Amino acid sequence: MAYLAMLAFTVAGSWWLEWAFKLRVLRRIRFTLSTIAPISIFFLVWDALAIHLSHWEFDSNQILGIYLAFNIPLEEFLFFLAVPLAIILTYEGVRKLRPQWSEQES
Amino acid sequence: MTYTEITSLVLILVVLSDIFLFKNSLLTTRAFWGSYAIILPFQLLTNSWLTHRKIVMYDSNEIIGLRVASAPIEDLLFGFAMVVGFLSYWEFCKKRAKLA
Repeated sequence: MAYLAMLAFTVAGSWWLEWAFKLRVLRRIRFTLSTIAPISIFFLVWDALAIHLSHWEFDSNQILGIYLAFNIPLEEFLFFLAVPLAIILTYEGVRKLRPQWSEQES
Repeated sequence: MTYTEITSLVLILVVLSDIFLFKNSLLTTRAFWGSYAIILPFQLLTNSWLTHRKIVMYDSNEIIGLRVASAPIEDLLFGFAMVVGFLSYWEFCKKRAKLA
């Protein structure tokens, strides 16, 4: 459950931004997910490869033990959902607070 | 290829695709760096949880062995590539959908 706790922390630490700053990232969830999916798939392919080549492994006592495609633990799929959402919410929060920061610097 | 080599390659690929494929030049905006400055401490925190508790373990032959907050230094490149990759495609899709 320790990995899941980290994911819960990521969600708790980022989703409040949606309502605090009226970001419309979660509200347009289908659009948001469509922008996350291709990049997540890219990273999951890498993950599958890294697991296959034993670049990294997971402690089976600290994850749920549910493995999906290519021996990737469920938590990894949730990671590539929760983390990009946190990244986008942070970015849109910054843009909302500092609109002038979105202009390109010379 | 080692984790060190793959993550370096992916980082270059992601930065180049931001410039030439998605045409954002995200790395020249303060919005990007301001966001990264917030995200980085959270990455260090959550990743040290995953690595210090050995939830995820790395093959020592695949990393150079330098560690930051208990995580392999390669994870910093991985995290940066993730931030650039997701925000780059996010900006591209917003432009395409004509959302501000």
